[in-house]
Amino acid sequence: MDPFAQFKKTYFEECAELLESAQQHLNDLQEGNGSGETLHAIFRAVHSIKGGAGSFGFKRLVGVAHALETLLDAMREGKLEPRPDTVKLLLRATDSLSDIIAAKQREEIVPENFAADIVEALEEALGKSRSHDEEADSNAKSESSVVESTGTYRIRFSPRAEIFQKANEPLLILRELRKLGALSAQADLSKLPPLNVMKAEDAYIAWNLSLTTTASRKAVEEVFEFVSDDCELHIEADGVQDGNEPTPVSRADFSEQTPVKSADRESANGAARLQSIRVDIEKVDRLVNLVGELVITQAMLSQQSDSLSVEQFPSLIQGIEALSQHARELQESVMAIRAQPVKSVFARMPRLVRELASALGKDIKLVTTGENTEIDKTVIEQLSDPLTHMIRNSVDHGIERPEERSAAGKPACGVISLSAEHRSGRIVIEISDDGRGINRERVLRKAKEKGLISADANLSDDEIDNLIFLPGFSTAESVSNISGRGVGMDVVKRNIQALGGRIALQSKQGAGSRFILSLPLTLAVLDGMVVAVGPECYVIPLTHIIESLRPKPKNIYPLVGRGHVLSIRGAYVPLVFLHQYFDVKGAVTDPSRAIVVLVETESHGRIGLVVDELIGQQQVVVKSLEANYDPVAGVSAATILGNGRVALIIDVAALETSVPSSADGMLTLPGHVN
Amino acid sequence: MREMVAFTLRNAGFEVSEAEDGQRAISVLNGQSVNLIITDLNMPNMDGIALIRHLRADTRHKATPILILTTESDGEKKNQGRSAGATGWLVKPFSPEKLIELVNRVCP
Repeated sequence: MDPFAQFKKTYFEECAELLESAQQHLNDLQEGNGSGETLHAIFRAVHSIKGGAGSFGFKRLVGVAHALETLLDAMREGKLEPRPDTVKLLLRATDSLSDIIAAKQREEIVPENFAADIVEALEEALGKSRSHDEEADSNAKSESSVVESTGTYRIRFSPRAEIFQKANEPLLILRELRKLGALSAQADLSKLPPLNVMKAEDAYIAWNLSLTTTASRKAVEEVFEFVSDDCELHIEADGVQDGNEPTPVSRADFSEQTPVKSADRESANGAARLQSIRVDIEKVDRLVNLVGELVITQAMLSQQSDSLSVEQFPSLIQGIEALSQHARELQESVMAIRAQPVKSVFARMPRLVRELASALGKDIKLVTTGENTEIDKTVIEQLSDPLTHMIRNSVDHGIERPEERSAAGKPACGVISLSAEHRSGRIVIEISDDGRGINRERVLRKAKEKGLISADANLSDDEIDNLIFLPGFSTAESVSNISGRGVGMDVVKRNIQALGGRIALQSKQGAGSRFILSLPLTLAVLDGMVVAVGPECYVIPLTHIIESLRPKPKNIYPLVGRGHVLSIRGAYVPLVFLHQYFDVKGAVTDPSRAIVVLVETESHGRIGLVVDELIGQQQVVVKSLEANYDPVAGVSAATILGNGRVALIIDVAALETSVPSSADGMLTLPGHVN
Repeated sequence: MREMVAFTLRNAGFEVSEAEDGQRAISVLNGQSVNLIITDLNMPNMDGIALIRHLRADTRHKATPILILTTESDGEKKNQGRSAGATGWLVKPFSPEKLIELVNRVCP
């Protein structure tokens, strides 16, 4: 068991953040939005990664990071201009750092020459800056020159009282020096006062030292690193190769740090960097759970207090009202903890677009907005795949090649925009491109070919667009392994719906397409319609409900074999009797005396759920059953209502599969078994 | 970070006492004498600078070497630490070897 495993984990997490920030800055540079601070920030990020890599012995990571860092250093010193192709190289370099880190996370061995081409390119770019270099940069020299030369340094070391105040010991320093080579020391006692005047904590002794060593001047200076402020120090080199004139060593390390104003750093990030702490996700989940329980208990109390008379228990009723308010606020705050900026998902996209576009010979820019919009962590994780897929589609099928675009009067560089924002209590994410849009003739043709719609179906533009969400659909003539085949948009839609979200598509031929995703803020709480079936209560997720009605007997048709359908607005909708599906006794069996809740399912199929009555719309806390039970068909989770009763939350998709039907409403026999 | 430092030092044969912030550090140090103190600068309750000042004012710890952990860009803080009386500093992130080297350097 690797004792450093825990630290490595933290390091990898930090690297992810650092790389994300670095790439963000590099993007700014590319757009021309860089400030003086930008280069420093990127340097620091790479420097930190390199440091940690050194701690864990990730040699190749150190190597690549070092090459990148050196180039960045030259750039931030102003010795090298950030030209577009240089910035591209820097991006590729950070990509390769990312790759190495990912490999290390998987505990793979990274070959010594990994990304050698990038390192070469970095060094080459650096070489150009060296020829402009006028100052003799002694640091660079001591790092790059491996030639060992023996030299003698004459050192005068005269400590002041402050040295002892900081618990530094001249003796230890002399010992350190001796580790570097042959040292001869001569104490200068000229300043020693008589004993009765001497102060115990003052410094009176100085040393004249002669050190013969192969170490560099820098190494010698380093020994005095900590005390350089508190002494007089002269280092003279005798016969050393670099032939530097003796210069008194001033604050060696401090002057090399570029002073960073923290205000600058914050503004460079765009959004204010607030203080944050790392918390284990399990702790947060537990908190969310407990708050959920609290809300349920509070709801029960509220309901009980409804039946109390106000005159008899005024303060009790007031107290419970206040409690309900606090519980609601508490819940919102706790939900907010799990909310994270979508930035983490958006961050991977620029690289994706870069690599794909270049592989396909297209010129594409990705513009993101609203990266700081916050969504529940679990939703974010599940967003990654669908988003990736849609962006791939845009790059692969949406945006045309530069020649085509120019010929059509568009700028050769295609634009894909990715945005996120809060809109009326939900998160709306849009992916749009200015490509060629959905080719409706081709879509129609393919759909008919694959038998997904009947040959003579007459569909509106909107309906044609939505055909791409059907399973088994793909218009890629050549199935590129970039976007894959048909597993495409139907899986995306299903994933989005599983999150309680919706997806819509708008497209204009020749101008581009736009996907609009609407997601709930969180998965732990659900907006549902509570319905009664016999003595039981169920909850139907509001996102699936189209409408509810009391059907007229004449609109209900029994189908030969089993089941009933409802005729509504010219289409036939299969009915699912919940009391039959869930085997509930004592429910209303005559649909014309019951309520039919029309729900829409995955493949745009519609079914009608027959229930006794609608109790009301309610926000419920979702409690998972998986911890205690095997999956139950038709049930996705459960909740506890205000009256203390358990209500099962219905999995609409599962109910739909019990009633196979095709998209245009033509029915095959319902096949559900009792 | 603190765990990693403690771990590394213990592995090298040193005895280590830990504290989460400056305040705790003072209580821990009340009961024992140490050969070296390593402290971060950003801590709740009492930060590194205040801790160093407090310790330097205390005769027991006046001459104990104190090392501060600092990040490369923390120049200002480092200066403050030094003028408060820190013996030396260690730049984060650092390798375990560097830590031991530095400990041996300031600690007789």
